Amino acid sequence: MNQLLIIAVDGLVFASWLFLVSVGLSLIYGVLRILNIAHGSLFAVGAYAGASLVVAYSTAGLWAPGALGVLLVAALAAGLVAGPVIERGIIRWTYGREPVMQLLVTFSVFLILEDLTKLVWGVSPYYAYQPYQLLGQVRIGGIDYPAYSFLLLLVAALTGVGLWWFVRRTRFGRVVVAVIHDPEISVAMGVNLSRVYVTTFALGSVLAALGGAFTAPMISVVPGIGVEVIVLAFAVVVVGGLGSLEGAAAGALLIGLVRAAAVHLLPVLELFTIYLVMAAVLLVRPLGLFGRVEARRI
Amino acid sequence: MARSAKGWLAVGLALGVLVTAVGVRTWAGPVRPAEVRVGIVTFLSGAAAAPFGIPARNAAEVIISELNAGRVPAPYNTPGIGGVPIRPVIIDEAGGAEKQVAELRRLVLDERVDLVIGYISSADCLAVAPVAEELRALLVMFDCGTNQIFEERTYRYVFRTHGHQILDNVGAARYILRIRPQVATIAGINQNYAWGQDSWNTFRDSMRKLKPDVRVLAEQFPRLFAGEYSAELSALLAARPDVIHTSFWGGDLESFLIQGLPRRIYERSTLVLTTGDTVLPRLGQQIPPGVVIGARGPHGALAPNVPLNRWFREVYTNRFNVRPVYPSYHMSQAIFGVKHAYEKALAANRGAWPTKEQVAAALRGATFDTPSGTIRMALGNGHQAVEGVAYGITSRFNTATREMELTQVFHFPAECVNPPEGMKSEEWIARGFPGARCP
Repeated sequence: MNQLLIIAVDGLVFASWLFLVSVGLSLIYGVLRILNIAHGSLFAVGAYAGASLVVAYSTAGLWAPGALGVLLVAALAAGLVAGPVIERGIIRWTYGREPVMQLLVTFSVFLILEDLTKLVWGVSPYYAYQPYQLLGQVRIGGIDYPAYSFLLLLVAALTGVGLWWFVRRTRFGRVVVAVIHDPEISVAMGVNLSRVYVTTFALGSVLAALGGAFTAPMISVVPGIGVEVIVLAFAVVVVGGLGSLEGAAAGALLIGLVRAAAVHLLPVLELFTIYLVMAAVLLVRPLGLFGRVEARRI
Repeated sequence: MARSAKGWLAVGLALGVLVTAVGVRTWAGPVRPAEVRVGIVTFLSGAAAAPFGIPARNAAEVIISELNAGRVPAPYNTPGIGGVPIRPVIIDEAGGAEKQVAELRRLVLDERVDLVIGYISSADCLAVAPVAEELRALLVMFDCGTNQIFEERTYRYVFRTHGHQILDNVGAARYILRIRPQVATIAGINQNYAWGQDSWNTFRDSMRKLKPDVRVLAEQFPRLFAGEYSAELSALLAARPDVIHTSFWGGDLESFLIQGLPRRIYERSTLVLTTGDTVLPRLGQQIPPGVVIGARGPHGALAPNVPLNRWFREVYTNRFNVRPVYPSYHMSQAIFGVKHAYEKALAANRGAWPTKEQVAAALRGATFDTPSGTIRMALGNGHQAVEGVAYGITSRFNTATREMELTQVFHFPAECVNPPEGMKSEEWIARGFPGARCP
């Protein structure tokens, strides 16, 4: 019983992190129909921005809990600067082109951003553990968890609810839904497609950077962290259904729980549980849990 | 026009003189070069750059410049190699084994290096060793850990001037039983690839052999560069082993420690970090007291207090504002081994510049001084070094060095933690360490 509780908590903690790092990828695919490989680099930029700002903030000896706000500011700044620049400067030239070409372009952006982060932050690791240790511990099932993990759970839940509200309850969100369903009719109805695209890409970039910034206090921020994330994020959105926000949440939860169970019960399987889940889901539902069949346009 | 018999005789004589001269020239061996070109291969980018690759490159740069200036203490106080300056050609190890094979060929055939010192990744070492042999190029491997290289086949041109992973993990087991002889349960968290699996298997099997009633409570193998260890930490905390072994390195080790600290994993179990020396200068007080630290030999914080080490620490720290860590020491062993071999071959050749075969013969089975103490090329038919290993346990934070101090430091000599010549490591452990001589 105790072990089941620990597995559930570990699964939820990992799922919240997975959701944070993958929901932006799903959002951008849903609207722009582009699988943004550069998502991993935007995660890394967010992590570096968050780590360097937290280090500066902590060194200045300012109010310690403010470091959590600093992470948010870092994510917003990184996403809102990088997102529109990448979309307007590079991605928009690929609209309407072959998917493979779009994939190659976002992969090129990924490589450029990887080198840019090395140019800006160097290759030495950054440590921003102050926020991670700030909130103390919570004892569950006889073992200690950092309260920061539950803050991450809260951030993921607020992000999910916020996105749902934005898409379903705001005027701009409804425009986004219209574009998702039929960009051509949306344009005919007077929708400014460029504005929708750049806003969505910026929002997706902020989400990637948010995942990076809130991961930074838990890890050593080193070159290459973006590569790992893009693989995981891709698995999550494929399981959930490409382009579906609900799917990203369900995919993260499923993978998080199965992986936690493997770590506790059958550690030797841990390495490929994610791909096992992906393969099993795709066998039953080839478009993912929340994927929709689309009419072919001629 | 027909040439006279006298004319033909003159041409024949001239050709004969020329051929003889060339023959004599070849027989006399290579001419003394203007510089010794040394290819140096180490990670300059990617996850292994900051913890290993850059400290190794820094060591190569500072040692070579000091050697060329003749400022290194005895026995290396003559400039360069036999008076000839060393010129490093440094390349990035990132990109995988196939790329390294191509880069090795380029270094030897295009860059015309005299020898190559390189490789941190065991996969790279395994891939390039047969190619170096095929090219008849001198290769000195400086940091990779796999014990397979010289246990699986023999080489003529390939050497390794540091001990392999067996000594790290046999030493860790011996150390744990020395400081906690009552240990009953162990667990491991190691990266899921050859290095992590080999390290854990060696530690686990050594513990079982040295204390047969030891029980294994958990074996975690997260993927390389996972970065997030919440579930693994929960599993280890729930298992409550006396000892947790990890061969994690770089960002993975640092992330594991950062995540483990607020979860108080150190309070329940003694943590053994076989590569812990690399994080001591980086994480400072983030490493709590009571953590066992290794340095893959007597290096870094565990290096002996000898004149060469005092010199090395000083020149390295003065140039890079941080002390050298174990990959820096491994690099120093390779460079000093090469200088020792060249100069030994020069002496045997009565001052004539040696061929690479003569240098290889001089390095085979050699014994030479390094900042980590004396190295013996005792295994793999004289191509594989043995060295001792040291472990210590963190005690308190030293505000002057900005590092945790180590206490209860024990040095295990080479003959205690390395298999004897001719015996494979697995067999040595399985048979209960025959021939091991421990203090």
